Amino acid sequence: MNKFILEGVNLWYGDFQALKGIDMEIPANKITAFIGPSGCGKSTLIKSLNRMNDLIEGCKVSGNILLDGESINGDTDVNALRKRVGMVFQKPNPFPMSVFDNIAYGPRTHGVKSKLALGEIVERSLRDAAIWDEVKDRLKKSALGLSGGQQQRLCIARALSVQPDVLLMDEPTSALDPISTAKIEELVITLKKHYTIVIVTHNMQQATRISNRTGFFLLGELVEFGKTNKLFSLPKDKRTEDYITGRFG
Amino acid sequence: MMRRFDKQLAELGNMLLEMSALAERSISLAARALIKRDAGLAEEVIRIEEEVNLKEREVEALCLKLLLQQQPVAKDLRLISSVLKIITDLERIGDQAADISGIVIAMDGGVSAGQSDYIPQMGAAVIKMVSESMDAFVKKDAKLARAVIEYDDVVDGLFDSVKNDLIELIRADKANGGQAIDLLMAAKYFERIGDHACNIAEWVAYSVTGKRKGKKGK
Repeated sequence: MNKFILEGVNLWYGDFQALKGIDMEIPANKITAFIGPSGCGKSTLIKSLNRMNDLIEGCKVSGNILLDGESINGDTDVNALRKRVGMVFQKPNPFPMSVFDNIAYGPRTHGVKSKLALGEIVERSLRDAAIWDEVKDRLKKSALGLSGGQQQRLCIARALSVQPDVLLMDEPTSALDPISTAKIEELVITLKKHYTIVIVTHNMQQATRISNRTGFFLLGELVEFGKTNKLFSLPKDKRTEDYITGRFG
Repeated sequence: MMRRFDKQLAELGNMLLEMSALAERSISLAARALIKRDAGLAEEVIRIEEEVNLKEREVEALCLKLLLQQQPVAKDLRLISSVLKIITDLERIGDQAADISGIVIAMDGGVSAGQSDYIPQMGAAVIKMVSESMDAFVKKDAKLARAVIEYDDVVDGLFDSVKNDLIELIRADKANGGQAIDLLMAAKYFERIGDHACNIAEWVAYSVTGKRKGKKGK
């Protein structure tokens, strides 16, 4: 089953066309990786999936993006959309508040007031993000005191707290050491049971380790999209082959 | 400018060719040693086997280093993993040439009871297979690799002919039995060398096409 269907998606930043006629189907409960050189449009595309690009002045989108068969363009309730489609960024960005409040922030915004309910959500989210055991004794302490890897898992827990369907991750491990990276990768693999995950990564080996599908982008075009094993062992397009084997340009 | 990794891959290819040249030489010498009953040539084959083994270690070390350092994907990964497999077959070819030579040395000096003309033909046929599988490797020619695999039928046919000749040899005089059995074993080693050449050709085809297929698409 497909979570997202993209039909002829074009995106402009002013006069510059950042995405050109993207057609793709992103399967539910799978990990889809976007790869490509800097400036190829992969981050732009991932941000289009929960309309984060709306915040950029001069950004114009055409074509169709369907989430569970329904268009997210036009007058979609963007807040509701972003509740369903959460996002984790490259640099861990915890709020300058306690661990507990970081996780409770989203549910509170969406109207959850009961202390008991919030407590349950916080524990569940932290457990799902595989960080509960490390922070359960310091829930009231500032999240800024956590290590980079812990902060990133906290941010994943924060994204999970509003029970989204989809988790978008833009280079979630590029600022982390190998051990924290391995933890996040393990986590992402367990999360796909309940969530659809789309990840932008510059780390080719990471894409091969965790993703089921990979899309290769170049100059705003989706050059090749298919099963990860296939794309990394026998790419169809010469541009894909040149990029992944480091012979690009 | 050539990238360092591309230079290393080129070096890997050259090392593989050196190893296969040694293996071909040992088959050729073993065949001549058997035909001429020349223990000196046979000793030379056994010496070359050592070189083949050393070369295998060298190529293997470079493959492992490249896997570690470059974490290759796509055609680079196929190339390096194919080379890792190919050297095992080349090493076995070296062993079998040495086994043939061992038979020649054990026969030492005894009056030749007879021959099968098909044995030199087998030697020539398997050398052709090894040499063409390496041509296919250099030219990245999957079609040539497939032709090598098909050619194994010719070697199998020659083995049957050798067997028939040797049956005749025993029928002519039971005293020829010992020598006939030695020759049959040598022929079997040539036939096995043909199988190894097939394996090499299969890996060459995989390296080029990304598809793993055995003889006749199996």
